[in-house]
Amino acid sequence: MAAAKLYGAVESAETMRALVSLYEHDLEFEFIPIDLKAGEHKRQPCLSLNPFGEVPVFQDGDMVIFESRAIMRCISFIYPKPGKEHIFMEPKMQGIVAGWIDVEDHQFDPLASKLRWELVYKPKNGLATDEALVAKMEAKLGLVLDIYEKRLEHSKYLGGCKFPSADLTHLPNLYYLMGTKVKRLFPSRPHVSTWCDEILSRPSWKKVVEMIEMAQL
Amino acid sequence: MAAPVKVYGPPISTAVSRVLACLLEKEVDFQLRNVNMSRGEHKKPDFLKIQPFGQVPAFEDESISLFESRAISRYVCEKYANQGNKGLYGTTPLEKASIDQWLEAEGQSFNPPSSSLVFQLAFAPRMKLKQDEQLIRQSKDKLAKVLDIYDSRLGQTQFLAGEDFTLADLSHLPNTQYLMNATDGKELFTSRSNVARWWAEISSRDSWKKVVDMRKPPSS
Repeated sequence: MAAAKLYGAVESAETMRALVSLYEHDLEFEFIPIDLKAGEHKRQPCLSLNPFGEVPVFQDGDMVIFESRAIMRCISFIYPKPGKEHIFMEPKMQGIVAGWIDVEDHQFDPLASKLRWELVYKPKNGLATDEALVAKMEAKLGLVLDIYEKRLEHSKYLGGCKFPSADLTHLPNLYYLMGTKVKRLFPSRPHVSTWCDEILSRPSWKKVVEMIEMAQL
Repeated sequence: MAAPVKVYGPPISTAVSRVLACLLEKEVDFQLRNVNMSRGEHKKPDFLKIQPFGQVPAFEDESISLFESRAISRYVCEKYANQGNKGLYGTTPLEKASIDQWLEAEGQSFNPPSSSLVFQLAFAPRMKLKQDEQLIRQSKDKLAKVLDIYDSRLGQTQFLAGEDFTLADLSHLPNTQYLMNATDGKELFTSRSNVARWWAEISSRDSWKKVVDMRKPPSS
């Protein structure tokens, strides 16, 4: 039977999110790179996989799923690793995970994405960083991290006692932010710092980083 | 005995009404506790204990508290799987995956422009705030593109995730309800035949009619 396929672009945070989930679950898959600069994602055949014209898309047999967090949820639900599941079967505990997945989506990602745009994308492409905006976003991110710090005082991971999807979903933005001055937000928040170091050193994430680095060559 | 499920927040909030619709679909008894946001109740320590980001809704069920309306809805579907609308979050992994995909599409693509329009067209006039014409135009353009995709999808399936009404459709009810009552916003939906057909179906569900009733100010 054909292996699963992931259509994506290694430089896209959303693709990275799907990749790390696949690696965490030791799933065999083929990576099909999509050329975002050439607009490949906005044309056929990509549009028949994702009518929104975005990456990543996960295809497994007849099943085609778009939206990185849906792919992540789907993989952890359909291919759980016994003893190392990313989900809890008990509804209350899974409800908590679901809440923190959405926190990353609505509270963390909007700020982290803007900071990534200003501090990573713009310099790389010869554009001027808006320092006033960076200062504003950084201050707001600090407030979010204060809430994370409180949560991580009582819980090993945001989602609970084991590494679940709610923590995994932060990895792409954290990876980029750690390469910018925003990393100064972390040392004063010891629980967040420890958590960050731990999840960024997971073997599955290192495989994704390797793919990113090879693509730069 | 009082219902163990408590929802905190005003029903006029789109996120709160999303959770209410889900609870009604699943036939789960609940208490609705108002939060006086004009008095800053949502930023006070007691509220922050259950919703650290100071937003509505907050939710409690027996011993736990949850936040984020879509996460709460998923939880309600899983905890109360055997009552009410049993297929609301799917009964197989494949169904769940399809529902999750369209729930994410709602959150990522539909919600941002529609929320901006809800504020500009429905809330700003009531709050006597000046409307941002440029933002309205941009949001309408973005929402139009999303609804084109929806119209195409709904030409192939009865509802977004498949042939049955699911959480993915429900999640669109709050914002769309406001836009259908705003002069400018309605046309985006009524001009697309499949979207119009879909809206007529999902908005006529008993659960949603009850939520709309809850949002009306009490008659004097």
